[in-house]
Amino acid sequence: MALTLTEKILLAHTDRDQITPGEVVLVRCDVVMANDVSGPVAFRAMEKMGADKVFDPTKVVMVADHFMPAKDARSASLQKRLKDWSDDQGVTYYGQGRGGIEHTLLAEEGWVTPGIVLAGGDSHTCTHGALGAFGTGLGSTDIAACLALGEFWQVVPETILVRLSGTRSKYVTGKDVILAVIERIGVAGGTNQVLEFTGEGAAGLSMDERLAVANMAVEAGSETGLFAADEVTAEYLEGRARREWTAEASDPGAHFSDVLEIDLSALGPLVSKPHSPGNVVPVSDITGTKIDQVYIGNCSNGTMTDLRQTAEMLRGHKVHADTRAIIVPATQDIYRRAMAEGLLDVFVEAGAIVSTPTCGACFGGHNGVMGPGENALTTTNRNFKGRMGSGEAGVFLANAYVAAAAAVAGEIVEPHEEH
Amino acid sequence: MLIEGPAVVVEGDNIDTDVLFPGSFLNIDDPDAMKPYLFEGLDPSIRDRLSPSCVLVVGDNFGSGSSREHVPLAMKAWDVGCVLGRSFARIFYRNCINLGLPVVTSPDAAAAAIAGEPLLIDTDKGIIEVSGKRFEIAPIPEFMAEMIDSGGLVQWARQRLER
Repeated sequence: MALTLTEKILLAHTDRDQITPGEVVLVRCDVVMANDVSGPVAFRAMEKMGADKVFDPTKVVMVADHFMPAKDARSASLQKRLKDWSDDQGVTYYGQGRGGIEHTLLAEEGWVTPGIVLAGGDSHTCTHGALGAFGTGLGSTDIAACLALGEFWQVVPETILVRLSGTRSKYVTGKDVILAVIERIGVAGGTNQVLEFTGEGAAGLSMDERLAVANMAVEAGSETGLFAADEVTAEYLEGRARREWTAEASDPGAHFSDVLEIDLSALGPLVSKPHSPGNVVPVSDITGTKIDQVYIGNCSNGTMTDLRQTAEMLRGHKVHADTRAIIVPATQDIYRRAMAEGLLDVFVEAGAIVSTPTCGACFGGHNGVMGPGENALTTTNRNFKGRMGSGEAGVFLANAYVAAAAAVAGEIVEPHEEH
Repeated sequence: MLIEGPAVVVEGDNIDTDVLFPGSFLNIDDPDAMKPYLFEGLDPSIRDRLSPSCVLVVGDNFGSGSSREHVPLAMKAWDVGCVLGRSFARIFYRNCINLGLPVVTSPDAAAAAIAGEPLLIDTDKGIIEVSGKRFEIAPIPEFMAEMIDSGGLVQWARQRLER
């Protein structure tokens, strides 16, 4: 029987001979991840389960990234709990100054390879679909069961195939690809399903851009956003992968619940307006909107690709006098590479601030939250009411070119060469 | 399973977990301490309408966005009896099942519910009674129903670990 890539991955992680969409199956995890928010809640549940040891310490990774560095005593306690627990269990712990934002970090550190199942205590675990892995976000009690038993229950999902064709123009990035998908199917259009990206347009996306696309699959309600492994994947994993892997793909004739065709050559840069990622318009529709803060970073768009795009727009310019700009490299490694390339100098010279890797203000935690009546233009993934602080603030989501151009102009503008 | 309680109607579709429990309070890991922040970004006055075994009546794609379990944990801490909705986001729905918080999908019953009026949900018979009107509901899938009946994933996992 012809199977989708998702069905193949899940089947290989069950005790079953076959699986059918809609069935509940128990799925084994290759990697279980949690952070300083989801981890401590999971540890409480794990204790109540009567489990004192994780199923396999080599498959468990903890990352302090949300309130890191600690914003207050309570956050510091959570991070201490995360580290103490990790040391006690003998699992890998990435703490302050040694890691970064969990999803970018796990990909970078080679934890993620095609065909694995990664259960993460964070909804953006769908990011790992970029590497052909079934990475999916779960709540803390689910994570507790994964830590204790190494498995979670899963309704076998159907797959929506997203076929990308055509060549992108200069200022159209992975961010715009996923915003176009969310605009098309809506914020619940992929619920209980997987998005699988294919076609020449998918093949032409770099790994950084694939991470950006897969990261926002959950903004359409999807369980993960898959790219079958190819040469781009192989090149990225060279010298990085922590295990052997083989490339798998959906079988010819596999059943898809829907097929979307998106012509990338027809796309311009897009923006999600407040207060929904599905509230997508072309940048050209909202030029002139005043922006109080630009925020470039987070698990979708805090990569070297994003920082290079940012530098391209900021080099030789100043951040507008009425606008603040915060740039957050997603990991320590990206931070160092950006330093070595001279990008951080461009940012600071322009009047932006450069922050240590953190989830920070993306989720309204700390490090640049918004006040009432202010507008933010960010490369993050959510613009829900109050997401970045005040419920009276507006958050606009866009790619790094658009964000950096707005930092210079002080308002939303279409990115041009002269920036 | 029989659930009986007054309806607390939460208006709107695509209500995300950020407004249900804003990010700045995610540094709380004790469920009882989460209670004062439930609905904080949406309408804090909803908390005043909560009573033991009340039924939260919600719209489409409820609980979208972040996986933060703080939302259903705080609902449990408030003794919410059930969440009845038009439809649910996947992770929120899972979290409810895992915590043994009954979660029922029925667009018709959700539309008919009146704030403050009693609701009766009988998951075994597959019916909901709303102000004298009766609606049939699809049964909660067997695996999920067992999970809720056993008290949630903690008990389910405990049993597996003991085996």
